[in-house]
Amino acid sequence: MEQGEAKSLCDRFQERAEAVSSRVRRIHSFEEALDYTLDLCGGKTACRIELSGCEQHLSAPADALCRLKQEKILAAPGLNAELYQKFEKACTQSGFCCLGRGLRDHLGGIDIGFSLADLAIAETGTVVMDCPGEEARLATMICEYHVCLVPRSAIVADAFAAEARLLEYLSRSPNYTAFITGPSRTADIERVLALGVHGPLELHLLLLED
Amino acid sequence: MQNAKDLKEYRHQMRESLDDEFLRKTLDTFAVAYRAGRAGAFADFDVAALVADVARSKDEALSRIDQLYEEFKKNAEAAGVKVHFAKDAAAANAIIAGIAVENGAKKIVKSKSMTAEETLLNHALEERGLEVVETDLGEWIIQLRHEGPSHMVMPAIHLSRYQVKDLFTDVTGARQEADIEKLVKVARRQLREKFAQADMGITGANFAVAQTGTIGLVTNEGNGRLVTTLPRIHVALLGIDKLVPTLSDALKILKVLPRNATGQNLTSYVTWITGANECASAEGGRKITHFVVLDNGRLKLAKDPLFSQIFRCVRCGACANVCPVYRLVGGHKMGHIYIGAIGLILTYFFHGADKAKNLIQNCINCEACKDVCAGGIDLPRLIKEVRARILEETGHPLPSLLLGKVLANRKLFFTLLRSAKWAQKPVADHEGYIRHLPMIFSREHNYKALPTVAEVPFRDRWAGLDKGPALSRLSVGLFSGCVQDFVYPEQMEAAVKLFSAHGVRLSFPMTQSCCGLPAQMMGESAAAKEVAVQNIRAFEKEKVDYIVTLCASCGSHLKNNYPAILSETPGMREKALAFSARVIDFSSFTNDVLGLTATDFSGDPTPATYHSPCHLCRGLGVHEAPRSLIRASGLDFREADESEVCCGFGGTFSVKFPELSAEILHKKLDKVEQTGAKVLLSDCPGCIMQLRGGLRKRGSSIAVRHTAEALADRMKKK
Repeated sequence: MEQGEAKSLCDRFQERAEAVSSRVRRIHSFEEALDYTLDLCGGKTACRIELSGCEQHLSAPADALCRLKQEKILAAPGLNAELYQKFEKACTQSGFCCLGRGLRDHLGGIDIGFSLADLAIAETGTVVMDCPGEEARLATMICEYHVCLVPRSAIVADAFAAEARLLEYLSRSPNYTAFITGPSRTADIERVLALGVHGPLELHLLLLED
Repeated sequence: MQNAKDLKEYRHQMRESLDDEFLRKTLDTFAVAYRAGRAGAFADFDVAALVADVARSKDEALSRIDQLYEEFKKNAEAAGVKVHFAKDAAAANAIIAGIAVENGAKKIVKSKSMTAEETLLNHALEERGLEVVETDLGEWIIQLRHEGPSHMVMPAIHLSRYQVKDLFTDVTGARQEADIEKLVKVARRQLREKFAQADMGITGANFAVAQTGTIGLVTNEGNGRLVTTLPRIHVALLGIDKLVPTLSDALKILKVLPRNATGQNLTSYVTWITGANECASAEGGRKITHFVVLDNGRLKLAKDPLFSQIFRCVRCGACANVCPVYRLVGGHKMGHIYIGAIGLILTYFFHGADKAKNLIQNCINCEACKDVCAGGIDLPRLIKEVRARILEETGHPLPSLLLGKVLANRKLFFTLLRSAKWAQKPVADHEGYIRHLPMIFSREHNYKALPTVAEVPFRDRWAGLDKGPALSRLSVGLFSGCVQDFVYPEQMEAAVKLFSAHGVRLSFPMTQSCCGLPAQMMGESAAAKEVAVQNIRAFEKEKVDYIVTLCASCGSHLKNNYPAILSETPGMREKALAFSARVIDFSSFTNDVLGLTATDFSGDPTPATYHSPCHLCRGLGVHEAPRSLIRASGLDFREADESEVCCGFGGTFSVKFPELSAEILHKKLDKVEQTGAKVLLSDCPGCIMQLRGGLRKRGSSIAVRHTAEALADRMKKK
């Protein structure tokens, strides 16, 4: 019975997340998440952050910021030491630059921000990140692709089901908690949906069986 | 930003909007897409229950707003934030400029805030030599164009990709293409550089949670996260009405806000900030964080028994999305700073009677806003009340005063209506329309043919009509309203024929008068009250089961507004409630009470369609009854697109804004013609006057009739 409920919660989360343009993949280990992320990074066309607008005709200062980036960069500041070590090793082996901090020096943009969800809300396909540290916030904002690892056990039905946990976060001093539902989006020009206006162009959610 | 000197100038400005084809097309598409999107987002929920939850939460918060402010301040300050109370807009702007100066900030990035628009914060900061850059795409666009927002959620909805292309070509000094994806990316890169340079970030807040001293920001683009992360200073400006007691209250609002605003289950980002967070560019690694809480008249208004409900507003913009007038003229003409129905009201309170006096006239009273409001605010009623307040402040203009005086004097009113039939003689044609408009109307009123006043009003025909069996289990008092009494008595006669044939005992109290809605629409509250009392007294002696009206506007006014407008008149409160409990519209009575079905009717399956009067579908919540009767009558019923959207009549509205009324009517008639119907039915004489006059001007052969007439004609002979 309990397992059945958990399964439907997971399906609902996936359905709702995909409805807002998130890409959902079910995986079984952290290693699988690493492979997925590195493949994603490797599959990106070039080192220049063309996806997010650097190929456009820009003013000189905006263009200068684009030129800062010369290699493929992944960042995973939210991981604990053990996981980060694995992540960094895998990146280096693939020939990518890996960052755990100092993201303010890369505001031109990075390729992938990798994060771990603290909670996930099935009703809206939302991931919740308790991220008082600014590096974790920046990594998930200045990247072109945000890859977020979501342990299945972290999925709850709706925000009210997570209320006690959320209240615990918000009661910390200070605290910065984010609900993230799909990639950054706008419809401000002629109501035409465009993804990736200030934040990630794509949100990849890796559902980890745990 | 609407700032016309008088109604004439206001009308002139609106004519410009009517000529803006891009705007018209965009808002049309949006109006239709919005309804579908919203319905989808709420599909799994009981919307009324969610709205009631929001209203309860907000009302409860408002009742102890001072205490919540103290609690919020204490908790936020314990977490390292400085909380300021700003009495008015100037004080808020001075506090924020002071924070910038004190901390040596020069460059400011901002995420969208209607409250900052309210205080004209950007102007105040720029006057002090600070650079302010809006980072929400739409806000940035209108900032570059030196305009105000034209929608609370989509500030640049009035602009085309071509206009944005030209603008971005200027900004980048490089030629841009009119490709939306590319333009969005240009904005991303241009603004990223501004984020990198900024030393101060300014945001609004959708929630201020007293329990934890937290603010909540609801955004889609993610600029809110960058504004609150990168610069070393963060200032949030929020109205004191954003305070909620607990996280749970905020989550309740969050459940409704995005669904109602854009049809999204949730926006891409919701950001909760407690205290002074980590910030590498700030001294000591902690962000300098200030929350500025704005009063600007809110606390005084919170104590107003009627108007305090405006603080249930969550700024979702839905009242504009469904407004037929907004759809025609856009937000620059439908608001000063705040837009849509709530904007008309807030303009009066935040920006004064002078800014509101023209705007407040621009409501057609279709109740679409009330129907969709996330906080269940009775927007149409408040708009009428603001009109009344402005009249009190600025004096009653002569036509309004006269109307009030005449309506309140039943005998005088009827005498005038009777004499109208003589006055119209020189201009009336043989088919019951006025051939040329009398001088009091201008050329702009020529979009529809106006009916003449009937030779013999219903009240003079009553004596000769079959009033049904004297001993009947069901008795009905008829309320005619002025239009059916004096212009369309045949509609009343049709109902009498139908009811009496089905065994209903009928009465028609002669001392009944106009329902009073026109007076209330004009802001003539005293006259509106007076006729309400007259009508209640007229029916007091009749021991009838139901009071039936064939006019949806009268019906919803009698049923919904009488108890409200008489709630403080000594001795009338209970009587008004008892009266309104007996009021029912024609279709509901015939379908639900009388229970007529297909066995009661016969006739050809002529194609027919239906216009749902605003005051029937929204005012009285009646949707199915007329449609089921039309089907039962054997007509070939064809639902028209947007059959529940206003026809543009709006009583006194069509007199004040004939151009707008004509445009709304054109849209309606197009949809009617698309059905291929030969008969158009409706349940309101005002709508029928509008629709019939418009179709006649088009030279259309579609007949417009009251549902009662169609049913009476198709009644099986017993």
